[in-house]
Amino acid sequence: MSEATALDLDTRKIDRSQMQVSNEVAIQISQMNKWYGTFHVLRDINMTVNRGERIVICGPSGSGKSTLIRCINRLEEHQQGQIIVDGTELTSDLKNIDKVRSEVGMVFQHFNLFPHLTILENCTLAPIWVRKTPKKEAEEIAMHFLRKVKIPEQANKYPGQLSGGQQQRVAIARSLCMKPRIMLFDEPTSALDPEMIKEVLDTMIQLAEEGMTMLCVTHEMGFAQAVANRVIFMDQGQIVEQNSPKEFFNNPQSDRTKLFLSQILGH
Amino acid sequence: MNTSTSTFVRTEMLPQQAPPITEAGAVKWLRENLFSSVLNTILTILGVAAVAYLVMHIAPWLSRSVWNANTLSECRQIITERYGEGATGACWAVIRERWPQYLFGFYPSHLYWRPVLAFVLLCVAVAPVLFDKLPRKMLWFSLVYPAVGFWLLWGGSVWVPVMALAGFAIGYAAARIVKPLAGTIIATIAAVLAPVLWWLFLAGPAADAMQSILPVALQAVRSREFGGFVLAFTIGFTGIAFSLPLGIMLALGRQSDMFIVNKLSVGFIEFIRGVPLITLLFTASLLLNYFLPPGTDFDIILRVIIMVVLFAAAYIAEVVRGGLAALPRGQYEAADALGLDYWKAQRLIIMPQALKISIPGIVSTFIGLFKDTTLVVFVGLLDPLKGITDAVRASTDWKGIYWEPYIFVGTIFFVFCFAMSRYSMYLEGKLKTDHR
Repeated sequence: MSEATALDLDTRKIDRSQMQVSNEVAIQISQMNKWYGTFHVLRDINMTVNRGERIVICGPSGSGKSTLIRCINRLEEHQQGQIIVDGTELTSDLKNIDKVRSEVGMVFQHFNLFPHLTILENCTLAPIWVRKTPKKEAEEIAMHFLRKVKIPEQANKYPGQLSGGQQQRVAIARSLCMKPRIMLFDEPTSALDPEMIKEVLDTMIQLAEEGMTMLCVTHEMGFAQAVANRVIFMDQGQIVEQNSPKEFFNNPQSDRTKLFLSQILGH
Repeated sequence: MNTSTSTFVRTEMLPQQAPPITEAGAVKWLRENLFSSVLNTILTILGVAAVAYLVMHIAPWLSRSVWNANTLSECRQIITERYGEGATGACWAVIRERWPQYLFGFYPSHLYWRPVLAFVLLCVAVAPVLFDKLPRKMLWFSLVYPAVGFWLLWGGSVWVPVMALAGFAIGYAAARIVKPLAGTIIATIAAVLAPVLWWLFLAGPAADAMQSILPVALQAVRSREFGGFVLAFTIGFTGIAFSLPLGIMLALGRQSDMFIVNKLSVGFIEFIRGVPLITLLFTASLLLNYFLPPGTDFDIILRVIIMVVLFAAAYIAEVVRGGLAALPRGQYEAADALGLDYWKAQRLIIMPQALKISIPGIVSTFIGLFKDTTLVVFVGLLDPLKGITDAVRASTDWKGIYWEPYIFVGTIFFVFCFAMSRYSMYLEGKLKTDHR
């Protein structure tokens, strides 16, 4: 499958004019460690993400890649080290956590739309209740982003009435309505039928073209090659290798990376 | 294998056709539902026979109903005159004659308008809660109704319920004042503590003071004069209204990461669920008197209501916990990731879904609570089922009557419980948005 999407993406012309990496630091992680009970899931993670970067994190399952990006908006708590997001350090201080969460958008593997609310309500909920945006304005913003992900006509339906790909696009729109400065994607296409992966990837590429800072945990290597400026490979809770996509795919350095690439690209 | 290799390409799609005649209509229904197998056929015949037997025995009795008579013997005489010697019939005259007593117990008869008005206003107060098509402003009346209902039923100075309501305003004000000064947690504590202190120490004197300045009062009615359906409804509806929020808080407490809150909730729920309601009612009527300072007049109905609320709340907490457990973790994570704080996430995301899942269980608990109000007979209150019926049967006029009062009371309970059950199904249908 990954080869098929890679081909699709090659044919799509990507506008790189706004894809610029600035010197401003968006996320700074230093000496970060995390344990689940006695299990050491993340070991000595050091990484800096500059504004405008598009980073793809890959690795075998259980390597800690999802846990890493979930630490960035504190869905998981780290025990050692420092995570600074947009100048705010993540500590147990609830104020900081809420501040970071309202600046960082997150898209989940299973969409996690709110099934009891319409698409429009899903999108306006956080702006209204967290940002205190007036309802009317929030609805306008929501419709703007729903048009952007190309499903404005579904605004008054419920999530259960939409296909997986549409739901994931709504989830992206819902995050965007908070006008986040950073977007996290946790395997956004892994739960989708092959036919729907492309529509979600297209939406993500569109975001990248607009200069959004993005961290994606994904197995879509075509997407990594087309959009990412950096690929991070993780194994056993550690960053094993990071490089530009070109170098990463054509000239992997560590044996573990070579093995991983041969397994996912080999067939 | 050889034949299957020939190429086949469909050029036109087949249109849809009607099913064969045996697959539709009444014949199909009968065959599938009543006579699908030998066992099913036998069961069908037995079922029809049982229903026929019951109807044959009850129908004549019901058809010989008498509605106008003043005593049981008069009633029997009428039946004998009309239907001949040895005929039996239903004597509904007892309901007709004792109607006020069944409704109001020993509530002073010249004040019957007060419970009636309270009931009508109750309907007005409940309507916007049940049906969201009604104007939302009506909910303000629903919030004030407990005080209005209390005043109408028990009477006394109007300032008592007004001061009780003022406690909530004081709690709100305390939260608003303290929050910018000392943060959310202190503000929450202030919001609870201020009204409690007010109710315990200041509300009483304040009500007395206001009463002496501006006396507005209804004739007071003592709790011992309550009875019949007024009593059942008072306890039942108050129990329902207060046990739901308390049950939700307990369910959240049981899910909480905070050790003390968690253990207190678990302990409370397990204790209350492990004890029969009657034990709690006895505790309310007898034991509390030993613990309270002598001379304290702690209303018996109020005590019973508190126990009923605690009892139902423990059950509701567990029902709601089931609903909470059924929600995928992703819902919590999505709410967190959007920056919603705990209470907003609970109110907007978690509870609407968890409560929707729990509707059948919650309504079952409510139905149980409503029927359990008849147990107050054990602490000397005149519930409609046994309390009033015994009083009726103890009179010389109606000594010996048996079925009719129980059937009547049972029917009234059935009507209300069935209405609740139907409403819960309506609500489930209305809230069904998952399209599974």
